[in-house]
Amino acid sequence: MLLIDIDACIGCGLCEANCAFDAIHVVDGIAEVNENCTLCGGCVDVCEAGALKIEGREREEKDGLAAWSGIWVYAECRHGRVAPVTFELLGAGRRLADLKKVPLSAVLLTDQAGDIPALLISYGADQVYVVEDQALADFTDEAYGNALEDLARQYRPEVILAGATAIGRSFIPRVATSLKTGLTADCTQLDIQPEDGALLQTRPAFGGNIMATIACPNTRPQMATVRPLVMKALAADPARTGAVINCRIAPERLQSRVKVRNFVALEGDQVNLNEADIVVSGGRGLEGEKGFALIAELAHLLDGAVAASRAAVDSGWIPYPHQVGQTGKTVSPKVYIACGISGAIQHLVGMQSADTIIAINRDPHAPIFDVATYGVVGDVFEILPKLIEKIKQARTSSI
Amino acid sequence: MKIIVCVKQVPDAKDVRLDPKTNTLSREGVQSIINPYDRHALEEAVRLKEKHGGTVIVLTMGPPQAAEILRESVSCGADEAVLVSDRAFAGADTLATTYTLSQAIRKIGGADLILCGKQAIDGDTAQVGPGLAVRMDIPYVTCVRRIAQVNDKSFVVERLMDDGYDEVEVGLPALFTVVKEINEPRLPSLKGKMKAKKLAITTLTAAEIDADVAQLGLKGSPTWVVRVFAPQLKGERSMIAGTVQEQVDQLAEKLLEWC
Repeated sequence: MLLIDIDACIGCGLCEANCAFDAIHVVDGIAEVNENCTLCGGCVDVCEAGALKIEGREREEKDGLAAWSGIWVYAECRHGRVAPVTFELLGAGRRLADLKKVPLSAVLLTDQAGDIPALLISYGADQVYVVEDQALADFTDEAYGNALEDLARQYRPEVILAGATAIGRSFIPRVATSLKTGLTADCTQLDIQPEDGALLQTRPAFGGNIMATIACPNTRPQMATVRPLVMKALAADPARTGAVINCRIAPERLQSRVKVRNFVALEGDQVNLNEADIVVSGGRGLEGEKGFALIAELAHLLDGAVAASRAAVDSGWIPYPHQVGQTGKTVSPKVYIACGISGAIQHLVGMQSADTIIAINRDPHAPIFDVATYGVVGDVFEILPKLIEKIKQARTSSI
Repeated sequence: MKIIVCVKQVPDAKDVRLDPKTNTLSREGVQSIINPYDRHALEEAVRLKEKHGGTVIVLTMGPPQAAEILRESVSCGADEAVLVSDRAFAGADTLATTYTLSQAIRKIGGADLILCGKQAIDGDTAQVGPGLAVRMDIPYVTCVRRIAQVNDKSFVVERLMDDGYDEVEVGLPALFTVVKEINEPRLPSLKGKMKAKKLAITTLTAAEIDADVAQLGLKGSPTWVVRVFAPQLKGERSMIAGTVQEQVDQLAEKLLEWC
């Protein structure tokens, strides 16, 4: 709990002004905490009188933490394909490793490594730990989790990063729980704290309404999953060299009580939302499936993909795989065209890193305009048909 | 079949706003609700019970007022409710939470099947389900979109992946986290509401679940929040004005240049 030293408190109100949760107030010249307190520690840092302390949160001076060194990236590979987030993580990991002057390693768990280790090195890894075993042909939490856990116990990295993908979000919590260490999900920013070299992990919380920076001071490794399409990959350099370390995991550790019997792939269209350069997206303002027909037509014309806000998906106008935002996909296209989307923060966190954002909305006060490069206040049902017509004309006349 | 459904009381995230003037989360009028994903876990448990027999127990860790969501769960078909509540749990991260829940589940005699929502909408971590399974040493499957087969001692389920879905087989006991497309949760029934009203909720404290205090709450949490701030939005907010036709012309010009 938050402890207030009433002798030290000067009633200055800095804590009250800095509390994001409306949990601390100065009453009769002394700070008082209420039940909204989440123990985030924001007030402790700003208190100039040193009157605030969070009980149980003293930094332990543990020996042994220094024995954990180096940055690891879990190289996600499924059905022979390396997940693109792996290269983004190598880009982010490279920066962290250089700041800390430690090696960057990739960890590859697969039934067939082939040229993948060399590929990982070309994207920035200094070394690649490879476990190649038939038991890893299908993804199972137990085999993959045990393998990564055993490698971490043996080689002791200080940081393990993985993609916040279906696979990463499924088995990385297993590894963190087994190692009794901290894990931060869905990070959008990673930094090194200059004073002590700790990993600072920033992520959205409360549906993206607030950002929280998390640290893991007393245990190792420090673990984080990172949202795809947030970090930048380095350009591949085939001339880079690195070491490939082949590792063996005890066969009983690669057994799984869950057996994969079959895989059914999703059909085309919806998967490439992540990779499209142009995304045309619709929200509540489209009023129904007919509105989405306009979106689809514009997307088709621009060779782009169709996306939607949660409101549109919840209304049943378009299926879930098209959803962009906190509980859907993150996209980072060259151009994002938001039509009839008000711009709830949960949506913004999924698309605000687009290079250019065009917003069309009837309400001039809609928050979508706060992130827009270009805003148009108007009725999508007037603007979209005219826009489609205009682009068609231009295309025809230029041929 | 004994099924435990883990539920969490959360603020309705879509109503939570950060007041840009005061930099404070405005909680005015924000309702506490049962985490939406957990409703689907509960519905699936009740359907399994209706088809194959058994008991559905809802379990939550939280302050005393979290009893509300347990009553709501019973009105939607759960049979029993357990609240794990103690000041010592305050400030728990997911590692401390899974320890607490696992101790409570042991206390009430374990389960054949544990169901959780994919994630909670306040933290969005999706870590408690997998972590709890590890603590219980049982297999787990995340993001289950359909229970395809219920056999005597095993289940076949569909696990949602980024590129499609896997059909997997797993023996009991096991833990699943579920996604929304698994079912359409029912509304409370009148009979259920009556039952919920009379319900005696079992409340367990830290001592009653034989917990090691070093693994609870803040003390048992390796992750610390060091800073909380408002998201930075960087827009240029350059508005395209004029008549509809003028707006369209300018938009089309830009789009044709880029695309």
